[in-house]
Amino acid sequence: MKAKEKKDTAATTEETGKTYDTPAPSQRSMSEVCALCEALIYVSEEPISVKLLADVLNEDKLTIRAAVEKLAGEYESRNGGLQLREVAGGWQLATKAEYHEEIRAYLKSRPNAKLSLASLETLAVIAYKQPVTVPEILEIRGVQSATSIKTLLDRNLIVAKGRKDTVGRPMQYGTSKDFLLQFGLNDVSELPSIEDFEDLST
Amino acid sequence: MEDQPTQLNFDFDTVKPEIFAESHDVLKLQLGEFAGPLDLLLFLIKQEQANIFDIPIAKITDEYLRYVRLMEGLDITVAGDFLVMAATLIEIKSKMLLPQEKSDEALEEIEDPRKELVEQLLEHQKFKNAAEMLWTRATVEQAVFPRGKIETDDNNGEINATVFDLLNVFQKVVARMKEEIQYEIEREEMSLAEMLTFLRETIAKKKSLNLNEFFGQLRSKRELVLAFLATLELVKETVIKLIQEAVFGDIIAKSA
Repeated sequence: MKAKEKKDTAATTEETGKTYDTPAPSQRSMSEVCALCEALIYVSEEPISVKLLADVLNEDKLTIRAAVEKLAGEYESRNGGLQLREVAGGWQLATKAEYHEEIRAYLKSRPNAKLSLASLETLAVIAYKQPVTVPEILEIRGVQSATSIKTLLDRNLIVAKGRKDTVGRPMQYGTSKDFLLQFGLNDVSELPSIEDFEDLST
Repeated sequence: MEDQPTQLNFDFDTVKPEIFAESHDVLKLQLGEFAGPLDLLLFLIKQEQANIFDIPIAKITDEYLRYVRLMEGLDITVAGDFLVMAATLIEIKSKMLLPQEKSDEALEEIEDPRKELVEQLLEHQKFKNAAEMLWTRATVEQAVFPRGKIETDDNNGEINATVFDLLNVFQKVVARMKEEIQYEIEREEMSLAEMLTFLRETIAKKKSLNLNEFFGQLRSKRELVLAFLATLELVKETVIKLIQEAVFGDIIAKSA
């Protein structure tokens, strides 16, 4: 492991604007870095990025990435009820999908209302074609999408992403971070290629 | 397996139309955003088991028009888009019936009049399939649970209310009381002991009590003063704690 530079004791990060009072890094062992990452990931409400972990722990990003990936491997081989995964640009501890029934029974919770088909189609167009304008969506879907777009905005799945520099300066839309969270994606690039959806049966 | 998404093909059984009243007696249905002309076409192509790359345009056009008339007959408002598509289909059909002009020099292929439509259909189909993929992803994701919220200073919305916050509420209620015309009714006056018991029992039963509301319901200044004193007494005995969810918000008394 390469020697770490001495950094200031208080690390500031742009992401949250907070200052963290962490002691200057002694040469931590890999297992200690792993343990610390695990603890922070557990406590964090939102998926926590490698960069943020590095800032808080005053370690460099490569060390953190190696630690987190090692940790993820351990969780996988352990074959337990939890998984460590990368979603929406950060790391998160979550339960495995196969145990959802028992978990729901315990939590006495019901699944969230699903999106309508029209909204899903509109969302698919936006996800793959972003940034995209309403007329462009119309051309692909063949129907008006005003209601769907409103629903998607209300659910914070899409956001306005500026105006297109053409006649009328129409508003463009793209997907949000919540979209990544709700669909279990780390990044939009994780979506399978649209060409994969060509229906070979027609 | 969990319930499947609503049918991806245009199907009267599963169409979820919007009903809007057009006039007093006549109800009209509107397909809205659920299905459009492209969806109908894909449905018909599938139904005819036709090859999308070689659409039997005459047959499909006839079927399409038949469905449009069917919808109109069922009082389903046919959106303009459907009619535009009908016109497009008819145009393509006539182009295909016209004898192709042969030019001696031109060896280039005459463009298939169906080409643009087919491309539009293929594109549309891709996104329908992609939508199904998203549905599946969301279903899986809903089966995954991250850890719940941990109480920290930031997300603990409650602030401990002080005596002076309580006094504030007291003052407002008194002021409001003065404005209201109260009927003076002779009745037994409550004692402090009775008020204490009443407050104790109410909170024991309800676990939390909005003091603003509670004070507001009292009928005389005497009862108000007693309630105020009783509240302070219960706080002193640590039977209850006073919480405000926001600065100057309502004060809630909770079992300690």
